[in-house]
Formats: sequence, C-alpha cells, structure tokens
Amino acid sequence: MSNRPPLEFHVPEPPARPGQLSEIAGTVVPEAGLVRRPDALSSSVDLRDLPFELIRVLDDDGQAIGPWDPRLSPERLRQGLKAMLLTRAFDDRLFRAHRQGKTSFYMKSTGEEAIGAAQSLALEPQDMCFPTYRVMSWLHARGYPLVDMVNQIFSNERDPLRGRQLPILFSARDYGFYSLSGNLGTRYGHAVGWAMASAYRQIDSIALAYSGEGTTAEGDFHEALTFAAVYRAPVILCVTNNQWAISSFAGLAGTENTTFAARAIGYGMPGLRVDGNDFLAVTAATQWAAERARGNMGPTLIEFYTYRVAGHSTSDDPTRYRPREEAEQWPLGDPVARLQQHLISIGEWDDERHSALLAEIDAQVRSAVREAEAVGTLGKSKPPLSEMFEGVFAEPDWRLIEQRSEIGAGNA
Amino acid sequence: MRELNMVKAINDALGVMLAHDPNVLIFGEDVGYFGGVFRATEGLQAKHGLKRCFDTPIAEGGIIATAIGMGVQGLRPVPEIQFADYILPAFDQLVSEAARLRYRSGGEFWAPITVRSPYGGGIFGGQTHSQSPEAIFAHVTGLKTVIPSTPYDAKGLLIAAIECDDPVIFLEPKRLYNGPFDGHHDREIASWAGHPAAQVPEGHYTVPLGKAAIVRPGEAVTVLAYGTMVHVALAAVADAGVDAEVVDLRSIVPLDIETILASVNKTGRCVIVHEASRFGGFGGELSALIQERCFYGLETPIERVAGWDTPYPHAFEWDYFPGPGRIAAALRRVMESN
Ligand SMILES: Cc1ncc(C[n+]2csc(CCOP(=O)(O)OP(=O)(O)O)c2C)c(N)n1
Repeated sequence: MSNRPPLEFHVPEPPARPGQLSEIAGTVVPEAGLVRRPDALSSSVDLRDLPFELIRVLDDDGQAIGPWDPRLSPERLRQGLKAMLLTRAFDDRLFRAHRQGKTSFYMKSTGEEAIGAAQSLALEPQDMCFPTYRVMSWLHARGYPLVDMVNQIFSNERDPLRGRQLPILFSARDYGFYSLSGNLGTRYGHAVGWAMASAYRQIDSIALAYSGEGTTAEGDFHEALTFAAVYRAPVILCVTNNQWAISSFAGLAGTENTTFAARAIGYGMPGLRVDGNDFLAVTAATQWAAERARGNMGPTLIEFYTYRVAGHSTSDDPTRYRPREEAEQWPLGDPVARLQQHLISIGEWDDERHSALLAEIDAQVRSAVREAEAVGTLGKSKPPLSEMFEGVFAEPDWRLIEQRSEIGAGNA
Repeated sequence: MRELNMVKAINDALGVMLAHDPNVLIFGEDVGYFGGVFRATEGLQAKHGLKRCFDTPIAEGGIIATAIGMGVQGLRPVPEIQFADYILPAFDQLVSEAARLRYRSGGEFWAPITVRSPYGGGIFGGQTHSQSPEAIFAHVTGLKTVIPSTPYDAKGLLIAAIECDDPVIFLEPKRLYNGPFDGHHDREIASWAGHPAAQVPEGHYTVPLGKAAIVRPGEAVTVLAYGTMVHVALAAVADAGVDAEVVDLRSIVPLDIETILASVNKTGRCVIVHEASRFGGFGGELSALIQERCFYGLETPIERVAGWDTPYPHAFEWDYFPGPGRIAAALRRVMESN
C-alpha cells in the first residue's frame, strides 16, 4: 500500500486560454469523402466504428465527394445558402439592437448556421424539431416571418408569444419548432416521447432533438437516450458540439478521451460524427437517420462538429476565456463560405448573384426590424397586461381572476 | 474595513474560507477560470489553484450529488448553481439526500454543503432567470435557507453557512449584487457606494444564521421581508410615510420567531413581502405563525404583497414585481383598517 502513488484529483483544462497559443489549427481533420456509408437500415452492432470518424462531403476546393454526397439540386443548395445568410444577417442586426438597448438579450449562432438550415430542409412538414436557442436557422430556412421574430425579441404588442418569454426562446408549431425554454436539456426527452407517440399512433412523423455538447452532461440527455433506445423511438438525437459551453470547453462535458457520437454505443444505437460546417454532410447524415427512423430502426445520435464563433450570448465576452484567434483558426472553416464556394464550383452561383442576394436579405431584415420598431421595442410597447394571467391554466382560476382585477387588467 | 458591493463581499467570503480551511472547495458551471457569470468567484482559481475552485459539467444533479459525497468525507463544498432557476435538476439530491442524510443514518453521515445560487428578478431575465424558489426549500426539513440583503451580511452569513454542519441553501439576490435596488426601476440606479452596510471588514467574521435584523425600527406596523424586498420595503415605507418597523429575516430557516413576534406584538399590524408568487409562498407560513402566536396582539388582518401567481413574464417584469407602489398601498390599507 505504501508503494502506491498518491491519488491525483484531475480537473480538465482546455488546450489554450487567452494569452496562450491556440492549438485549434492543429486539430486533426480527416479528408472529405473517406467515411463509409452503410445502409441506413443496418444493425447498430455493425456501425460502431462511425462515432470515431468524421463524415465530410465538401473538400477544401468545394467539391462534393464520397458516398455521403446527398446529390442535392442546385435549387436546394441555393435555398440552404439563403437560409444561412439570412440567419447571419438577422443575428448581426438583432445583436446590434440589443447593444442599442432595444431588447434585453440575444444569442447568435454564427458559424453553426448549416445545422438548423440543412436539417430544416431535410425533414418534412409533419416532423417536429425540439430546438435549442442555437438553431434559429431552422426557422429561417422555413420562411418564418421575420417581423414576428423581431416582435418576439422586442416583447412588444405583436409578440406572438405574448410578452411571456425571453428573446429568441421561440415557439413555432406550424414550422415544426417546439417551444424553447431557458432550461438546458429539459426537452430532449420530449422529442423521444413525441416520437413514441408517432409510433404508437402509426403516423409518419419523426422527431429531431438538439442539445449543446455542454448540455449532454445533464441527466435529461442520458434518460432520453435510454428511452429512445428502449422503445426504438423514431427520433434523431443531435448534439451540436461547438467546442464551448459558456467558458467551459467540450472536454469538461466528458470527451477528453472519446467523442459525443460515441455515447451512442453504450445505448445500443448508431452514432454519427459529422462536419457541422458542411451543409451537404449535415443533410446526408440527417437523411440517413431519417430513413432509419422511418424504417422502424429507431434512434440515431448525431454529433455535429462545429465552432461557436460569437460569444455565448449578449452577456459574455469570449475573449475572457478563450484565445481571440481561435475562431479564425477553426479548421473546418465557415459553413456559408463553403457552400457558396461549392455552388460557384458547380457553376450554379457567382459573385454577382451573391451580392444581389446579400442586398435582398439586408433589405428584408431592415424592413422587418423597422416594422417591429414601429410597434415598439422592449418596454415601449407590450401586449395587454391581461396576457400576464392567460395561459397559466387552460382557464384561469379564482386567484388569477382576482389578481388580474387587482392590477386593473380585467374584471373579477 | 473597505467598501464592497455584494458580489465582491461574497467573493471575499469565499476567498477567506479557501485560505482558512483546506477542506473548502468551490465548484460549479463557469466558476473556475471565468470566475462565474456574475463574477462571484473571480480570481479564486488563480489565487488558490485549479483544485480549490473549478468548473463542472453542466449537470446540477451531478454537482450536488458529488458535493454531498465530498461532504460526507469531511470536505466543505460550496457548489454554485448558476441561477436558482436551474437548481431543480438537483432537487432530488437536496431533498431526499442532503436534507435527510444525518437523520436516516442515525448521525453516521452528514454533508455540510453550502449551495450558493443567485435568485430573483428585476434584470429582465424572463421565466428562467428570475425565480425565487425559497419556499420550496423552506418546506424541506433538514435544509437551512439563508438570504442576505447587504454586502456585510452576505459575507458574514456565507462564512457562517460554510462553517455550519447542516446543508445550507444560500440564495443571493442578484438584483442587489451591484446596489441596494429599491424597486423604483424608473429612477436612477443606486450603487452600494456610501451605504453603511457596504462597509465590510477584512478577514473572518460571521453573522449568525437564524437572527433577523431590524433595519428600520418603528411603532405602527411590522414589515417582514428578505433579500431584494428589504430595500423595496424601505422605499415603500418612506413613500407611504408610515412609521413601520422593517425586519430583514436574513434566514428563513432557521427563522427568528422571537424577533418577529416581538415586533408584531408591539405594532399590532403586519405586512409580509416577498418576490416569489404569493400562493404557497413563504408569506403563508409567516402569516400562519403570527396568527397562531399573536392573534390577540393583532389589530388588523395580515397583508401579503408578493409576485402574482404566474410565471415571471418578460414583458411584464415591473407589473409582476411587487414594487414599492404595491407595498405602500398595503401599508396604507393596514393603517386605515381597524
Ligand atoms: C439547467 C441549466 N443549467 C444551466 C444553465 C445556464 N446556461 C445557459 S447556456 C449554458 C451553456 C450551454 O452550453 P452548450 O450545451 O454547449 O450549448 P451552446 O450554448 O454551446 O450551444 C449554460 C451553462 C441553463 N440555462 N440551464
């Protein structure tokens, strides 16, 4: 016993903090096109190598290569590009609106736009996504009215969520977008239950859930995976691994020696690890998992490997906890630039059309913000006060009726 | 003595305890390198090392479960839950484990953990960055629940909590971190500068758990409050021009029943104020205790002023918040009725 070394308490630390040299450029990035694409209906037992690969379709020259190329129409590619550009422009504009005091809070998804956009276009209208705040591109890809979105962010009189929710914590049922909440992880299991209901009712609609990599530490994540595997639920369980929670790096969520996709193995489901900045790879993996779910082969866990370029939210300054240059050195590039390059390389896009699209998007965003500002920014306009008491229950009970009248927002 | 705001006073208490007791460990989401989203642990990792103040995975149940396990071996963990709204995944650990370990093991095991968590609204945080969950903890026997209202108290109470052998929920009114917010959100925001209770001694001192403070002596009516609402109540008393006695409970478990009863017996009137929703709130317990123990000393019915029985609504922050206007109205009602 006395010969044993003393126990050591291990606390993970990221490769670099501000003032240290970022090692991110040295991240090993496998070449595009190399990962095998097994039949979507294969047994999960035969898929255990995939969580340690990285599925990539777009190579450095913007060519689509390998078995995962989803062979999308140029029209669809342009749709994806537009959704991503719109997301970025909208984020930039509304982030600025926060700085100008027009709202209380905002979160950008810069660098991660491909994920929501590709998946939104890959799934069908009857499917339901259980989002995080980081996949607003899902809504932009489906044409959610921008002005309604800005009204929500301003919590004004026209806010579709009636002033009750924090900016960007949307709900958009008609767009296959489940209600967001500030609590991390709590809806992952809802997606599984929703998928179980589809199976029980034998209807053709599958579910897709998102979790940040940090959030995979929550019990909710693991419980959802267990239920999904046990009931073979038709659900696509996604982890957007953008390397950083707030100030903590992915290793602190337990992947110093493994991958998030590999969590799937222990639950007996397939796990894919995918270049999240590659619109084509995201689409292909989603199609594969959807085919599997619709084919009664149950859940798939997909890790999207990406990078959070902006701060976590309007409340933090990322240069306080990670090297400033990390974002630029991220080896998987910018999802928007990569899809743009691809479209150009296949002769379906050019600089002129790109500038025209940017101008069109800019005008759309401006006009939506202007319209919403005319209704009112945060505090300048709000829904009727009675809305505070609605929706607590299906019908308000005596307490709410009395309180509503006490505040002067309705009769007792 | 120096002047500190409440976050700095809390930071100071944590630093004192890290230096004072090698068994004290601080951990939670973003508390290590970053120093916490409200900066309460700023500089502690740099000063005391990675193993004394460190980041955790995002798993509140795991944070509290491991804190209990460490506590059982004799450490004094001070975990942070980033927002009190996010303490719920740890609820089972707190209620079924931390609170009952000593009892069910016949005194063999206990866990002296202090769970710090910012709570309360007034920062436009919406439904999940604004809640006040003190009543649900007060309802659990075996947990102590402490809520400071000044920098001086925050430091002294936090040190007392860390040294206490029972599990303590230490709720920090985040709206008070930078100043004694009095609920007049439309007026200029005061900082702690110049406030007597922002004078914080260096080093180790404690404020005992379970001792209320009379922050404004008065004869006409007793106002019971804690956390942010202490300052809001003081403003309401000034606005209403009533000679109220304002009692800052400081901890709701253990509760300083003597101070409460002495004050109500003296004034014969009582207004209870909290930010949490009214129904099932801690005000109900206070009201019942007063009714049971000084019914014949009461001149008028007890009033409660609290958040409405709805979630905390983003756009209606100041309609929901039980501000000085609503408290002053209750004070006038209590003074007029007899
Ligand atoms: C249950 C819960 N705990 C803590 C928080 C505070 N919080 C909000 S976002 C966040 C980081 C989330 O990181 P990750 O899951 O990686 O998602 P990302 O923001 O990177 O997309 C934290 C700790 C919360 N909202 N909910």
